Amino acid sequence: MAAITKSPWIIHYDGSSCNGCDIEVLACLTPMYDVERFGIINTGNPKHADILLITGAVNAQNIPVVRQIYDQMPSPKIVVAIGVCAANGGVFKECYNIAGGVDRVIPVDVYVHGCAARPESIIDGVVKGLGVLAEKQAALASGETDPDVSGAYLFDPVSYAEKGDIENGDAEGAKDRSEAEEEAAK
Amino acid sequence: MFVFYGDTISLFQVLSLVLYLVLAPFAGGLIAGIDRKVTARMQGRVGPPIVQPFYDVAKLWKKEPVTVRTGAQDFYVLCCLIFMIIAGSFFFFGFNLLMVIFTLTTASIFLVIAGYSSNSPYAQIGAERELLQMMSYEPMVLLTAVGFFMVNSSFNSATILTSPYLSIQYMPGLFIGLVFVLTIKLRKSPFDLSMSHHAHQELVKGLTTEFSGRTLAQLEISHWYENIMLLGFVFLFFTNGSWLMVIVGIVVVIVVYFVEILIDNVCARMKWQFTLKSAWIITLIFGGGNLFVLYYLRGYLWMASQYQ
Ligand code: SF4
Repeated sequence: MAAITKSPWIIHYDGSSCNGCDIEVLACLTPMYDVERFGIINTGNPKHADILLITGAVNAQNIPVVRQIYDQMPSPKIVVAIGVCAANGGVFKECYNIAGGVDRVIPVDVYVHGCAARPESIIDGVVKGLGVLAEKQAALASGETDPDVSGAYLFDPVSYAEKGDIENGDAEGAKDRSEAEEEAAK
Repeated sequence: MFVFYGDTISLFQVLSLVLYLVLAPFAGGLIAGIDRKVTARMQGRVGPPIVQPFYDVAKLWKKEPVTVRTGAQDFYVLCCLIFMIIAGSFFFFGFNLLMVIFTLTTASIFLVIAGYSSNSPYAQIGAERELLQMMSYEPMVLLTAVGFFMVNSSFNSATILTSPYLSIQYMPGLFIGLVFVLTIKLRKSPFDLSMSHHAHQELVKGLTTEFSGRTLAQLEISHWYENIMLLGFVFLFFTNGSWLMVIVGIVVVIVVYFVEILIDNVCARMKWQFTLKSAWIITLIFGGGNLFVLYYLRGYLWMASQYQ
């Protein structure tokens, strides 16, 4: 088995979550759950990390931060989105400043369900991610180019707001807005 | 036994050098693994497998290189590893202890330069703290070498190993002092200022913040070589040429390492001021005091031999 699956080091970032999922992530490190038995270390340093654990729906202000952390991690790397917020925005979905899920900003490999996600399922998610990590390493070793760059995921909050309007059934609102913008452009 | 540039070199020396070069990384890695396991047990956790450090290094070796200033930083860390191996080789080959200590210092300085050469403020503050740590432990290590010379009339570790004098009898103070600074050298709390094994410190990962992949793996391997040599220093206190003392020496080395782990787990991290002051005070009292006594003891023995 690839060594990377035996020594996955994590970094944890709170992308504007309610802190509930964060506490559960930290709970994984306690003697009760002890993730170090899988060789998992919480590094707190993107350059040492293999797995980015991210909670929360990511707001407009921390989009560049998330991307920065992600890009600083050496490949192969995976992202585990923890909690409903990280999956699709959860209870914060309709906020004006919310990207609505981590995968709108950076590529996500594993989603962990729950509000708040339980430590057991977080550990499950990380362990599931190890398979992806091993695959990615094999792909890199066979000379494939690294697909893990955040550049492809450029997220524009304004256009998202329009898309959000449509998704939420407010097609009229979206139309109004785009018309207003066209007017302004003229 | 053969003669090389006027020095006699025994087969034993060559053998121990080869064994050190080949086995030290394995032994060092295992010790690191046992360290983590014992630490976990002390904290009521299960802990990682004992071979975990090898998995870590194997993984790091295959990671993508992301160093920003490749030429400088990676080169300095490599130098640190090479000089660490040279220092250890000197020690296990039976060379001059002063030579060993100065080569060790060179290795540490390369590490500091590597820290400075990255533009990360965390690494740079880490490098500054590393320098302070070196300032704290260096005098004590040097005094230990002087003590060995006063007892065994030689700086050569090979001579000290086989000399009939049991060094610990004459230099208990120096032993206590060395074990004290060993806490700094092994990067244990309360003195793990420049880099820490534990996450979420105010300096992120301190000196090593900007190291990743292969560079970090090299640093880890150099720690393994270093730790084995440092434990060799502790062992040297308990040699008088008899096999019994070899066993005693090994037991003491294990006990000392266990105590270091215990200290690591019961202490919070201190400021550098405390590190520097306490290390120098201990050096002065235990190291200096011991040397002072040795100095008079030698004079007394010399006088006694004159009046026989
Ligand atoms: S999923 Fe629930 S617990 Fe987790 S961050 Fe969102 S609101 Fe908080």
